[in-house]
Amino acid sequence: MSDQFHEPTDIVEEAAGAPLTAAQQRVHARQAKAEARKAKAQARRAKWGPQSTEDLSEEEKAEIEAGEAARLASDSWDGVAPGKADDFKGSFLRMIGLLAPYKVAMIVVTLMGAASVVLAVWAPRVLGRATDVIFTGFFTRNIPAGLTQDQVVAGMRAAGQDRVADMVAAMSNFVPGAGIDFDRLRGFAVTVLIIYVAAALLGWAQGFITNIVMVKAMWRLREDVEAKINRLPLAYFDRVQRGELISRVTNDIDNITQTMQQSLSGAITAVLTLVGVLVMMFSLSWQLALITLATLPLMGVLFGVIGPKSQKAFSIQWRKVGRLNARVEESFSGHALVKTFGRRKDFEAKFAAENEELYQQSFRAQFLANIMWPAMSFIGNISFIAIAVIGGLFVAGGTMTLGAIQAFIQYSQMFSQPLQQIGGMVAVVQSGTASAERVFALLDVDEQEPDAVDAPAPVDGEGVIEFRNVKFSYSPDKPLIEDLSFTVRPGQTVAIVGHTGAGKTTLVNLLMRFYDPQGGHILVDGQDIGELTRHDARARTGMVLQDTWLFAGTIRENIRYGRQDATDEEILQAAQATYVDRFVHSLPHGYDTELEEDAANLSAGERQLITIARAFVSQPSILILDEATSSVDTRTEKLLQHAMASLRSGRTSFVIAHRLSTIRDADLILVMAHGAIVEQGTHEELLAAGGAYAELYQSQFTGAFDTEELDDEGESEESVSV
Amino acid sequence: MQYVGQILGGVLMATFMTIMIPRAAVSAERIGAVLAVETSLHEPESPVASMPTPGTIEFDDVTFTYPGAEAPILGGVSFRVEPGQTVAVVGSTGAGKTTLLGLVARLTDVSDGTVRVGGVDVRDLELETLWASLGLVPQRPFLFAGTVGSNVRLGKEDATDEEVWNALEIAQGREFVAEMEGGLSARISQGGTNVSGGQRQRLAIARAVLRRPDILLLDDSFSALDVATDAKLRQALWRELPDVTKLVVAQRVTTVTDADAILVLDDGHLVGAGTHEELLATNQTYREIAESQLAVGVAGEAGA
Repeated sequence: MSDQFHEPTDIVEEAAGAPLTAAQQRVHARQAKAEARKAKAQARRAKWGPQSTEDLSEEEKAEIEAGEAARLASDSWDGVAPGKADDFKGSFLRMIGLLAPYKVAMIVVTLMGAASVVLAVWAPRVLGRATDVIFTGFFTRNIPAGLTQDQVVAGMRAAGQDRVADMVAAMSNFVPGAGIDFDRLRGFAVTVLIIYVAAALLGWAQGFITNIVMVKAMWRLREDVEAKINRLPLAYFDRVQRGELISRVTNDIDNITQTMQQSLSGAITAVLTLVGVLVMMFSLSWQLALITLATLPLMGVLFGVIGPKSQKAFSIQWRKVGRLNARVEESFSGHALVKTFGRRKDFEAKFAAENEELYQQSFRAQFLANIMWPAMSFIGNISFIAIAVIGGLFVAGGTMTLGAIQAFIQYSQMFSQPLQQIGGMVAVVQSGTASAERVFALLDVDEQEPDAVDAPAPVDGEGVIEFRNVKFSYSPDKPLIEDLSFTVRPGQTVAIVGHTGAGKTTLVNLLMRFYDPQGGHILVDGQDIGELTRHDARARTGMVLQDTWLFAGTIRENIRYGRQDATDEEILQAAQATYVDRFVHSLPHGYDTELEEDAANLSAGERQLITIARAFVSQPSILILDEATSSVDTRTEKLLQHAMASLRSGRTSFVIAHRLSTIRDADLILVMAHGAIVEQGTHEELLAAGGAYAELYQSQFTGAFDTEELDDEGESEESVSV
Repeated sequence: MQYVGQILGGVLMATFMTIMIPRAAVSAERIGAVLAVETSLHEPESPVASMPTPGTIEFDDVTFTYPGAEAPILGGVSFRVEPGQTVAVVGSTGAGKTTLLGLVARLTDVSDGTVRVGGVDVRDLELETLWASLGLVPQRPFLFAGTVGSNVRLGKEDATDEEVWNALEIAQGREFVAEMEGGLSARISQGGTNVSGGQRQRLAIARAVLRRPDILLLDDSFSALDVATDAKLRQALWRELPDVTKLVVAQRVTTVTDADAILVLDDGHLVGAGTHEELLATNQTYREIAESQLAVGVAGEAGA
């Protein structure tokens, strides 16, 4: 059970406040859509055979998971995540839909992008004109002034220089004897400069706005997910692995962000550039434009053949890395075992084999990736040569000016760039969509029943707790609690004992409304807690659990978590009563020592003491201690008992413990087995009854060694010498 | 234009490299540092491959200091365990219990003194021989990704299903394994996260039992079990493996009351050794530990 979601109940409840109903409706609509999508995806799967992860064996799934983890851990993005969305179109559109609230900004961005592209596409044309001016100027310098263009052409034809004549005929602003027209040249140069500056400014502004929008959209998505998690019933967290959930909240959202920022924003510019360049190329010379386009199928074939292979090779490579990492991790964690169980050679051999496989795969993946780009530039160069040669002929024939050719060559280079961009995006978008699908799946999960809007205020009572014919099970086919009734008077201490799986923690879950019973009622001070809001139902209850939950922060902050307005003095008192004070001073900064995440720098016992101190500070009217001192060593526990006794006095408390010593003086002991209470009474009564409790008690205190066994063992002589 | 583009590309590449090269250099240094560490456990030139007295453990004035630590974690510890005996080690956290077991298995070498297993200094023994005689159940029971069967068979790959079930029976794991889907071939995920802590411990014990070692090293191996299961498990271990020497690190005093001898460690020193009754009568530290756990029980029996 994920205690992380047990303790911060206050936060959970506040976040799941009023705007639930609207959200719920949205969720229902989404669910309907999601189901339709699922059906479609299934149909597709049936058509295309074993494609989805559901058809993979456990081992393969685990391997893919490990590979994914390795990829994420390595922080490297070449060879994009091998994830595939089940319903690409639906999830993709929904991902784009994340930007819907920023429609205006997106339209502005698109317009700016378009303007910037127009400018960028326009520039080569102007440069081409400048080239023409220079070329023409060189030409006219050697021709005597006073002649007209027609006269010069005619003169050249007469001299038999037809080709040059054609060229001259195609020139504009041909003024013989004028030389280079520097005024016009300056004009073009300034224009180009302005164009490039404007394009850069526009591009920068576009990137800036896009970034803001993306970051905001992702912020909102994270908020949604966070809010969603707070509305989810506890049952969901029991069902789903925590790591998986964390991965969705962090890695998947990161991946979506990457996709959005890297690809979607670039996509607009790329497509616009492509269109603009095409238009310009055709306007310059449709023949040359067709030659450029002819290389497209070649590039397409290259992408089509190598692309998928490379992608697959990368995904296999990641999987191998994952497996190797898992192997290494295992042999480090289980180091002593591997050695003492004589499996060193075996593990070495397995490692060597997997390392070899990884070597082969990396080689393949890198090889494929590396032949891709030379091949692409090879094709690019072929088209370059074709354009240069044919274009040269055109210039010579007078059908095009030199400047036009120069501009065209620039365009043909600009042309392949957006194509490559778009090609590269495909994989990123695929993986991002797969991530988006996982996040959306989380957002679509059924939520807990919302609290009634007209929930009554909790009555102020002394804490009488009554279970009345409670019926509950986690799954319908495994009945757990069938018909449970008992009453606890205020101030009583109730101990719950029983074997693992007997349903002890379930009682706590019901009392805290982490789960709702399927039948019967739980009354606190005569009020059904099912009618209260969850916040109210939990507000007066303090819990100390076996699995401690401490957050990254100082020890003082962690204790104060029990009650935010507690004074330092109160915290110190609580710490002293719970023996936190005793070990705190050996820590580097006393109460201000920063705890690591999961408080790994403290021992399990020390962590438990801090959570007890926290309960001490919060002063709840009902107290639940679930194996609260299980990791505290027995000497300290003995000392702690006074503190626990004073903590329990005056409040109704539930104690769950393996160690019966902790619960001997409880007012009421409930002995549970298979979800039912099989015995109840005080310690003395139950011992006298000689039932299940007596048996449990005997096993604990006399040990399992009855006298005959001791005799057997007693034969071997004492031989310890110090 | 083209040349300018190429130059720009080159400059970009160079900037990229100025970022990447230091990163790679740091990584390379770190890997180099790992590779440069000399292994501190050297197998002897001519290792002893047989033990004259299998099942015995002898500590002769053993001191162990962690590298870099100021104070030794074990100081001048001496004791001897005969084959088939059950010897418990108690003491509070940080007293050096786990270190003591590690020295028996020669996972680390003593700083001073001698550890003999089977009558031979562990530093002279062939490691494989030493390890083959041990069944180690570490404090954190570790399971490998695979199946229940492959995990239990870790130390004895050719064990029959029947042997495996038998070992599980002793380790009180038969019931839950039988309930798992697939039984022995039920999947265990990496680190054994799909079984509970108590189940992990029982599988780890079954793994050690299956080897039928001369010496069983149990490092607080019952902590996640409920008291009744703990008791049954110990009963079965003691009954089914009477000839096996058992060195048991324990938290609960009930686990050790019946041991042939109890070693009380405090701050790295052996402050007492003897049976439960003897220690209760003579040893202050032991009495404190025992009282903290048993006092209520004794009172309870009086009250009942």
